[in-house]
Amino acid sequence: MDSTQTQTQSGAEDGSFVTPDGRTIGAPILEVKDIIVRFGGVTAIDGVSFDVRKGEIRAIIGPNGAGKSSMLNVINGFYKPNEGTINFKGEILPAMEPYLAASNGIARTFQNIALFKGMSTLDNLMTGRMLKMKTGFFSHCIYFGAAQKEELEHRERVEHVIDFLEINDIRRTPVGRLPYGLQKRVELGRALAMEPDILLLDEPMAGMNVEEKEDMSRFVIEVNEEFGTTVLLIEHDMGVVMDLSDRVVVLDYGRKIADGSPDEVRSNQAVIDAYLGVSHD
Amino acid sequence: MFYRETGQFKSTYGDDQALFPIIQDRWLLGAILLVAFFVVPFIINDYWANAILLPFLIYSLIALGLNILVGYCGQISLGTGGFMAVGAYGSYKLMTSFPELNIVFVIIASGGFAAAVGVLFGLPSLRIKGFYLAVATLAAQFFLIWMFNKVGWFYNYELSQITSPPREVFGVLVTGAKASPAAQYLFTLCIVAVFTWIAMNLVRGRVGRGWMAIRDMDIAAELLGIRPLQTKLLAFAVSSFYIGIGGALIFNLWLGSVEATEAFDILQSFFVLFAIIIGGLGSVLGSFLGAAFMALMPVILKLLLVDGFSVSAVHAKHVEFILVGSLIIFFLIKEPHGLARIWGITKEKLRLWPFPY
Amino acid sequence: MDFFQALLITPFVIMWEDPLFLTETLIKGLMAGVLYSLVALGFVLIFKASGVFNFAQGVFALFAALTLTGIMDMMGDGLPKPLVIIIALGLTVAVMVLLAVLVERFVLRPLVNQELIILFMATLGLSYVLEGAGDLMWGSDVKVIDLGLPTDVWDVGGVFVEQLDLVAAITAGSMVAVLAVFFNKTRIGRALRAVADDHQAALSVGISLQQIWVIVWSVAGIVALVAGIMWGSKSGVQFSLSLIALKALPVLILGGFTSIPGAIIGGLIIGVGEKVAEVFWFDLHGGAVENWFAYMLALVFLMFRPQGLFGDKIIERV
Repeated sequence: MDSTQTQTQSGAEDGSFVTPDGRTIGAPILEVKDIIVRFGGVTAIDGVSFDVRKGEIRAIIGPNGAGKSSMLNVINGFYKPNEGTINFKGEILPAMEPYLAASNGIARTFQNIALFKGMSTLDNLMTGRMLKMKTGFFSHCIYFGAAQKEELEHRERVEHVIDFLEINDIRRTPVGRLPYGLQKRVELGRALAMEPDILLLDEPMAGMNVEEKEDMSRFVIEVNEEFGTTVLLIEHDMGVVMDLSDRVVVLDYGRKIADGSPDEVRSNQAVIDAYLGVSHD
Repeated sequence: MFYRETGQFKSTYGDDQALFPIIQDRWLLGAILLVAFFVVPFIINDYWANAILLPFLIYSLIALGLNILVGYCGQISLGTGGFMAVGAYGSYKLMTSFPELNIVFVIIASGGFAAAVGVLFGLPSLRIKGFYLAVATLAAQFFLIWMFNKVGWFYNYELSQITSPPREVFGVLVTGAKASPAAQYLFTLCIVAVFTWIAMNLVRGRVGRGWMAIRDMDIAAELLGIRPLQTKLLAFAVSSFYIGIGGALIFNLWLGSVEATEAFDILQSFFVLFAIIIGGLGSVLGSFLGAAFMALMPVILKLLLVDGFSVSAVHAKHVEFILVGSLIIFFLIKEPHGLARIWGITKEKLRLWPFPY
Repeated sequence: MDFFQALLITPFVIMWEDPLFLTETLIKGLMAGVLYSLVALGFVLIFKASGVFNFAQGVFALFAALTLTGIMDMMGDGLPKPLVIIIALGLTVAVMVLLAVLVERFVLRPLVNQELIILFMATLGLSYVLEGAGDLMWGSDVKVIDLGLPTDVWDVGGVFVEQLDLVAAITAGSMVAVLAVFFNKTRIGRALRAVADDHQAALSVGISLQQIWVIVWSVAGIVALVAGIMWGSKSGVQFSLSLIALKALPVLILGGFTSIPGAIIGGLIIGVGEKVAEVFWFDLHGGAVENWFAYMLALVFLMFRPQGLFGDKIIERV
């Protein structure tokens, strides 16, 4: 499905506009400026700037080692950049803190799956609700009353996510026992349970077969359409990138070499050069 | 063959989240509680109380405490003995300084002291893990035992062995030499039952999930907004609270008099750790099963070897060491989730018995 | 006021007034430290090669010493003393090697992919098994080791030095030298370092993990034997020997888990620190400070420099 193209629709002053398929893409809610990240002698990110608009699906692509995951880590607060700023929801910060990121609506999935292996699917998803659970320790000691009420409320919300992702059958299964594809889906569920403003997906399709990829793509699009969630994803599968994203950022050796719509990027010589010799699926 | 879940469908999330969703489990528990509260006190005697039931109950509570820290939150602690001592000596100081205080309050306050000390010695867990943390808790263990042995204030400058003064609940003596086994048993049972219920509530809700998230992947937990600092310290606090209460119970309700270097040394820390490994890490049932095992095994071995085969008591102790050590290794290899998982698997198998599939 | 005086003033006054006594204490501390180092050495070896923290190392020392004295007792007075010692030593070494094989087969191999904390707890269980087995086989009364080691005391300008301590120091020093040569110059040593670096890579080059582990645990067993002999000669072979293992933990924290020189330096620091604290601060609530001093020192290190003086920096990977 063709989800991008002309940004020449009539726009409001904040730059928001409506895409051909009826989604509203707003002003940038996230902007990273001149980010530099160094580890010892290696410069992982070398002065990268780009923005992400509210409601869009943005892809970060690039050859291996280009610094894509590191970029997500910076946005998440897991890495602190040596230089540069992050502008999120109007606040300009030199670095993000994990707690701040989480409480401000940034959720994330990981390349190598960061689920809580000792817990069930349901419990994993419920941990996504942690920030929204406010009842005190002593309430939980007796459970009946305030704590139980809150638990059941959040259980209902999580069940919506479970229905959405069609993982009802594996609710009680310890996630360590699930096959890889399902684990990735559960991880997405946990991120969705946070009701995030922006969803960071680190290679959500990695290791999946064609059917699983289709399912995952469907979920990402539905999340974006139904809830208006902004999505920033790293992906290697060019087909997926072209189909899903509104705009694409291309990184190579820690630098941004292209930034625009999928078609623009696809025909960009620098991008083609960067990928020459690198096989993609 | 025993009983099944078929036909029991839950129509609300509330029912689904109940502690014992299977009706027969509830009946079984109800029956056990009925017998425990209303039958045993009438038939109990000194031997059964002191050799079997009191140690089982108290060590179950302590094991539950350690399990919260180790099994649910994934931190390691070898300082259990030290925290037990805090509970015991704390209760002693309270009772001798304020003789009017109700014993229930004393015991809970002793747990509070232990919780505070636990948080203090748990601070290193924010920077270190694994056996580095184990060493830090060892520091707690050795320092605390030394302190209760040498610093006279804790035993009112008399002998470092402290004796529990008599106290009553509802007019019935529960501590001191004249207290009846039934009274001591019932009192202990009430405390253990209440705090077990509280623990079960904690682990099934937000608090327990936070602990388990830290255990499984603390980095991911942080990115979900869970605070590692607060969560770990809370685990240390709750865990030490339970262990402290256990220590106070050991002193007041079971042994009657203790000396820090004998009753609460490093061997106690190992004892409780072994109980939760064998019983099952991260399981309330496991804490009880493991404590039962560790508390009862010396008794059974004694009956078998010493009384049965005329083996000397010293040798029986050696056999106990070999047996416990081997079982630890066995459980770690074959069934890291301990007896609790074995129990669960047995229940599953019994559903289908006698059919193998 | 008394408390602070005892804590901050009196000890230094005593040290200042009696330098000979201070020197003697320092030397005693160094010697004790050497013995700690010997035990810590065994830990480091195993940790370096298999990543396992062998809690049972102290019990290894106890078990080895018990076996030695047991065999010597069994052999009786028939043969000349030196021959008895040599045969007993040989047999004990054989027993320790057998122990290494059994541990590798029944503990390490089944747990090979588990987290380190699981392996640590398994060695905890192992220590109980060996403790019980040793007591059962040889009895739990205190044994005397009579290997003909010198027990006299020298008077060096007013300072008393025990000859036994000197022998222990020399032995420890030689062991370190031998081990250093072994690790760096021999084929097996290189294989051990490869395994410590990267299990998978070592496997792919054809190094047999199992053989390596048996070798390492045997060497650690021999080191434990030496440590057991030294400690046992000093204070008799008894249960408390196994508690030395617990003392080795702070040594390793100070020195770093992966460093052989670290084990030595850490042992010396702990030995000296403990002795000095015990002797000069004994006024502080009646002594026995050495029960916890080492651990508190380790705790301080853990907060500020967890990798110890010489260990590898601990890196957390996402």
